[in-house]
Amino acid sequence: MNRYLRYSIPLFIFAIIAAFLFKGLGLNPREIPSPLIGKPIPEFSLPTVENAETIVNKVDLNGKVYLLNVWATWCVSCRAEHETLVRLSRSGKVDIVGLNWKDERDKAQAWLRQLGDPYTINIFDKKGRTAIDLGVYGAPETFLVDSKGIIHYKHAGPMTMTLFNETLLPMIEDLKHKG
Amino acid sequence: MRVFFLTLLLIVSLPSLNAATLAEYSFENPSQGEDFRAIIEEMRCLVCQNESLAGSNAELAVDLRNEIYDMMKQGQNKDEIIEFMVSRYGDFVLYNPPLKPTTYAIWFGPLIVFLIGSVVLFRILKRKSRTQETELSAEEQQRLNNLLKQSTDNRDVNQ
Amino acid sequence: MIPELGHFALILSLCLAVTQAVVPLVGSYTRTTSWMAASRTLAWGQFVFLSISLIILTNAFLANDFSVIYVAQHGNTKLPDMYKISAVWGAHEGSLLLWAFLLAAWSVAIASFSRNLPLEMVSRVLSVMGMISIGFLLFMLLTSNPFDRTFPVPFEGGELNPMLQDLGLAIHPPMLYMGYVGFSVAFAFAIAALLGGRLDASWARWSRPWTTVAWVFLTLGIVLGSWWAYYELGWGGWWFWDPVENASFLPWLVGTALIHSLAVTEKRGAFKSWTVLLAISAFSLSLLGTFLVRSGVLTSVHSFASDPARGVFILIFLLVVIGGSLLLYTWRAPYISGGGRFDLISRETFLLGNNLLLSVFAALVLLGTLAPLIYDALELGKISVGFPWFNKMFLLTTPFLALLMGIGSLSRWKHAEPSLLVKQLRVAFVISLLFGLLSLLPVFSGGNWLVGLGMGLAMWVATAHLVNLRDRLKHKHGFAGFWVDFKSGGRSYYGMLLAHLGVAVFIVGITMVSNFGYENDVRMSPGDVSEIAGHEFLFEGVNQIAGPNYNANRGRFQVTKDGEHIATLEPEKRTYFVQTRPMTEAAIDWGFTRDLYVSLGEPLGGGDWSLRLYYKPYVRWIWLGGVLMGLGGILAITDRRYRTARVRSAEAVNTAGVAPAVSGR
Repeated sequence: MNRYLRYSIPLFIFAIIAAFLFKGLGLNPREIPSPLIGKPIPEFSLPTVENAETIVNKVDLNGKVYLLNVWATWCVSCRAEHETLVRLSRSGKVDIVGLNWKDERDKAQAWLRQLGDPYTINIFDKKGRTAIDLGVYGAPETFLVDSKGIIHYKHAGPMTMTLFNETLLPMIEDLKHKG
Repeated sequence: MRVFFLTLLLIVSLPSLNAATLAEYSFENPSQGEDFRAIIEEMRCLVCQNESLAGSNAELAVDLRNEIYDMMKQGQNKDEIIEFMVSRYGDFVLYNPPLKPTTYAIWFGPLIVFLIGSVVLFRILKRKSRTQETELSAEEQQRLNNLLKQSTDNRDVNQ
Repeated sequence: MIPELGHFALILSLCLAVTQAVVPLVGSYTRTTSWMAASRTLAWGQFVFLSISLIILTNAFLANDFSVIYVAQHGNTKLPDMYKISAVWGAHEGSLLLWAFLLAAWSVAIASFSRNLPLEMVSRVLSVMGMISIGFLLFMLLTSNPFDRTFPVPFEGGELNPMLQDLGLAIHPPMLYMGYVGFSVAFAFAIAALLGGRLDASWARWSRPWTTVAWVFLTLGIVLGSWWAYYELGWGGWWFWDPVENASFLPWLVGTALIHSLAVTEKRGAFKSWTVLLAISAFSLSLLGTFLVRSGVLTSVHSFASDPARGVFILIFLLVVIGGSLLLYTWRAPYISGGGRFDLISRETFLLGNNLLLSVFAALVLLGTLAPLIYDALELGKISVGFPWFNKMFLLTTPFLALLMGIGSLSRWKHAEPSLLVKQLRVAFVISLLFGLLSLLPVFSGGNWLVGLGMGLAMWVATAHLVNLRDRLKHKHGFAGFWVDFKSGGRSYYGMLLAHLGVAVFIVGITMVSNFGYENDVRMSPGDVSEIAGHEFLFEGVNQIAGPNYNANRGRFQVTKDGEHIATLEPEKRTYFVQTRPMTEAAIDWGFTRDLYVSLGEPLGGGDWSLRLYYKPYVRWIWLGGVLMGLGGILAITDRRYRTARVRSAEAVNTAGVAPAVSGR
């Protein structure tokens, strides 16, 4: 038996590799988890999409649990998720704050007029500096932020009702309950 | 298939390509320029398939290059820049994995593999020099010779 | 209708493959000669039907038959004919067809050139090849049929990825696959030998030329890929340690270990179980590479459009092929006899050392390639392992490899006299040490120890082999005597010399280009001059030009050195009609000791452009080294003993076919 043991080492190594490969099939190598989970959203001071004179700061957002949605008019999948966002905001289950990323103001305004405006506040990040601080690497991305401004979840890709109901809603309820 | 491809495209939209290369970055001190290039070459572009920040033309890569350039201009060093990037995007951005407890496997694993290799080598050598001479058996040699009857060069070619 | 015939031919091939896998194998146990002999016919049958499939798919591209989804995705009416043909293997489905076709081609080659092999062996080898073929054909038919139709038929095709519209990349995949698939022959020989219990020197001699051929193809395929990356991607690099590159490098490393280990097994009957393991590993890693590239588990520059369903299929395939063969190995290997004794200082020792080093290097590359996946799976976070890490591993292993290579080629089998070795290598050692130290002088590298190490090692490999050659040629006097000595070497000897000199050339190339290369990112207006490494680049401006299926901006540079005109360089930035991603076409002034390289960046307005200028000293030596290795391999295969072997066919079958298994029990 001992004799076989030595020659079975390659088989064992292969078995381990195969196990990882199997696990790997269910993972997405392009999805990058945010190191900002559990940390406060970055400081910023930016105008809104509606008005270049209105300046929004980080503290203005505190006090409520909200979704921070990064969007842009050049982004195809933002259009795909927009309807979901509008439905969510109408349901009143959660506030949605927009972060308009590297976009043009008139285009963004036209988009909202045409497709509906789900956002309570819509921040205009022309240079994308705040997006960098948020670790945004593509649009759309959605963050779940609590009333103290702490990030609890990040989703890269379009928002869906399933995602909202199954993952986000329980977290939102929990956060509202706590604070 | 096609549906899958389209969804892949839809999942994350990337900012469009933009005009910029490293030509725009000038430093008074040439060594600073080299450091700058070394840093952005070792940073992974987040939106591209597998390119460095230096090689990518994606808009985010350009923004990040600008950001790093500004930081260097302000006199921040490599560690501060790495910290800036990692705190936003995680270790994923670093082509050169940082040395910390979770990455010990990557950095010290190779030494262990090396060690195992040497141990195997020495064990085989020890065993070999102890075993008795077992040349090709006469029959084996005969068959080998018959099989591939070599007219003249039935001799060790590589000595 | 015609594409359906292609599909049908695939199904027929599958039926033949199943028969080829089963009938000859059963025949080899029941000793039914007709069943065993059928293996050759079946291999030919598969080859014919797969050729039909391949021709039909090629024709669909040439005829712009966009009713075939695969053609609609990757073909285009405006595509030049050459790229219509290379588009056949330009993406997932078609490249699989190429795999299967080449596998059939190798099988036919075995069927034809195996008259000197015992029929029993041939039938088992072809049976194993048939099993592999089943896997690939099933994979194609179940998940990736290149003949699937679409309706309504699109008017125009989606075009071959512009990156692949290039001569180098048109022939790179066939070369690479010839290598991957070729290792299936060594694999099949190993499995057949394990099955039959006959693992001896003649087994090694049979599989050796096949393995070398596969290795040559893989070597040249990798060289071609690296060269392509250099001139096509526009960033002047030649190797990025991308998962796709690693996928081809892993089988190469193990394959290199294998051809050396086979030499020991053939000459000395030693390392048998190790050689078998390497033969299994080389092909397993080829398959693993296929998985990594096509399943989407890793992010890579040029991977295929991935699909989890395909990943699941290949994983099952891997489990069956690799798991099955390693299980067989565990079962049979303990009974493989040990082989001859050798001393601590002997060629066996050095070859074993190199074998282990190559395997360790392969293990490290595998570790680095899979690390992101492993970390993700263990929920330790997302990490990237890129070129800085791999370069360190390269530096950790190659110096030892080069050192051992010099000693190994000079030492004798069984027992090498240490004092003689020292005497032989003394000069080589002193020369390379001096050369290494010299390169550290301020005029050269100014104390850059990497340069010293690289140049010293390259010199060491070169001089050690020259000493080897001198020793061979000095026995007889006069020109006639010299000629006798020269001929006594045999082609495999000169093949070895050439391949090893290739390694020296390769090391020089890497050392020079990574330590003395310059690059310059500049903004230039027409009329501007930019200087790099003593060469002045005059930018004359950019023109619009129209290609067959793209529009391009073409820049024009006049390069001068000390007032003398060196070259006119015309880099392009192309925008293809269908896939609008801009592609750079670097302009390169090739040279033996340096390349001048310009790639066009972006227009900055007012006729200004951002540009990348590179000075790449000795960069060609990297590929030259690879080509020399490949040529060395070719020379070795044409060695007499393999050629004469082929002539003496009938007789050999008679003597060997009835010979009982000697070792292995």
